[in-house]
Amino acid sequence: METLEQFISYVSNNGGYIWVQFYRHFLMAAYGVLFAAIISIPLGILISKYGKLSSWVLAFGSIIQTIPALGAMAVIMIVLGLGANTAIFTLMLYSILPITQNTYVGMKNVDKNIIEAGYASGMTKFQLLRMVELPLAISVIMAGLRTAIVIGIGVAAIGAFVGAGGLGAIILTGTNATDGTAIILAGAIPTALMAIAADVIMGWIERKLQPVKSSKTRTT
Amino acid sequence: MLEFKNVTKRYNNEKAAVNKLNLKIEKGEFICFIGPSGCGKTTTMKMVNRLIDVTDGSILFEGKDINQQNPVELRRSIGYVIQQIGLMPHMTIKENIVLVGTLLKWSNERKDERARELLKLVNMPEEFLDKYPHELSGGQQQRIGVLRALASNPPLILMDEPFGALDPITRDSLQEEFKKLQKELNKTIVFVTHDMDEALKLADRVVIMRDGEIVQADTPDEILRNPANEFVEEFLGKERLIQGRPDVTTVGQITGGSPVTVQPRTTLKVAIATMRDKKVDSLLVVDTGNVLQGFIDIEAINLNYKKASYVDEVMETEIFSVTEDSLLRDTVHKILRRGAKYVPVVDDQHRLTGIITRAALANIVYDTIWGDGMEFENTAAEVE
Repeated sequence: METLEQFISYVSNNGGYIWVQFYRHFLMAAYGVLFAAIISIPLGILISKYGKLSSWVLAFGSIIQTIPALGAMAVIMIVLGLGANTAIFTLMLYSILPITQNTYVGMKNVDKNIIEAGYASGMTKFQLLRMVELPLAISVIMAGLRTAIVIGIGVAAIGAFVGAGGLGAIILTGTNATDGTAIILAGAIPTALMAIAADVIMGWIERKLQPVKSSKTRTT
Repeated sequence: MLEFKNVTKRYNNEKAAVNKLNLKIEKGEFICFIGPSGCGKTTTMKMVNRLIDVTDGSILFEGKDINQQNPVELRRSIGYVIQQIGLMPHMTIKENIVLVGTLLKWSNERKDERARELLKLVNMPEEFLDKYPHELSGGQQQRIGVLRALASNPPLILMDEPFGALDPITRDSLQEEFKKLQKELNKTIVFVTHDMDEALKLADRVVIMRDGEIVQADTPDEILRNPANEFVEEFLGKERLIQGRPDVTTVGQITGGSPVTVQPRTTLKVAIATMRDKKVDSLLVVDTGNVLQGFIDIEAINLNYKKASYVDEVMETEIFSVTEDSLLRDTVHKILRRGAKYVPVVDDQHRLTGIITRAALANIVYDTIWGDGMEFENTAAEVE
């Protein structure tokens, strides 16, 4: 009970501070995933076209995924120094695999017959990509972004160790304080809520982008 | 219209998938490529719109070498229909139909109009325009697949087993619809199939292929009548050859023995005696060279018995006869229409060689329905 009271009083006293960190946390995760998407979606398309590359790229992505986030961040800090950039770069690295993999799978799953039909109708490679492959793969790619942002929110929490701020900073304060459980919770609960909210929203977008629509459910 | 000149296709320097193929296709012709799996029929077709590149030789489309043309533009000017239909699942039926129009940057009005126009061709209501492919049945989807190929009004349409994945009833009606459509629109069709019935039903010319080479390229009738070799015969199947018989059997093949004849200068008395002898009611009149002159029947003799004494005075010279090499199919029709009991068969010198009676025709019908009797013996032998 004591913890709960402490938690409520901390949150009511530091509401503004928590909100600022929440927002900062979210931006870090969003930027990381955004930069990752800029690299990974074209990469995923590329490896879906040139099959030989795919195993190498995907293996490389898996290797990155196995490195503990904290260790990776420490190494990157040597290069980029303290601050949000290091955190963003790290979580970008962690987002590359899910996005690349999903783009690759999404592109590969487009029915070969549909591609042949498009091609035989006289589409150029670019038209085929724009009018057929991407629209059909987009929901799978979105699922990759969804995974990436959920992982990213988790990784961003560690960013506090390299001075990136965010909700991780509140958790860190809590671990350093005597009896800091309430403060840890004040950092951890918003982090969890953010992850859940991101998952729900991205899931909704993903469904909206489902390529196979029904004329009845169309909103016209 | 379309010409293959020594066309060869080799994959990775292996044995040729298509070997020195030569074929000329006229405008408005419906060509079926048929053969066992791996005979190169699909490869041949896909080389036309450059989905597969020619290794050697050349293909001329409307007089121009396809290798000299931009592949994208070439494909837009050739319709293409595949077995798996391949409609874009994220586009409406309208968008699917006028896909090539979109690529050619038609205006929206033109696309709208064309889509409506085409949908009318296959008797589908306009509500379908705003539906999505998965809301249609397989047969309806393939109709849309065909319309997509027709959208830009290309002179040539390539079809890769387009009706192969449909149930037999839908397939049948689509085949008929399509054949009608093809005649109306006067399109040249290159149609790949492995279904012989389909090929015989639809094609103006059937091209039978094996191991990358043409075994026989002929009209369905000609292929049924004169299969080029055992492979073709086997491919056609015994069943079909028997069924095909009334279509291709010539008169000569079923002509029965020796008809009863008389000479023109025979007396009527002798003629009557002959009739009585042979138990017939009419006689064919031939001269000494066995050239058919006419016929005489018992009624004519009865009427003229008092006035005439020789056969040539009362015989009917307007006699319907058929030549040995005319088709039985046409002959049957004529016999039935004239209500004749028999028809004399003559050679090209008008010499009498035989006779077809109604009994002989009945036998043919019997054979067609029950086989020629050989099967029974064969099955009997197998049972033992």
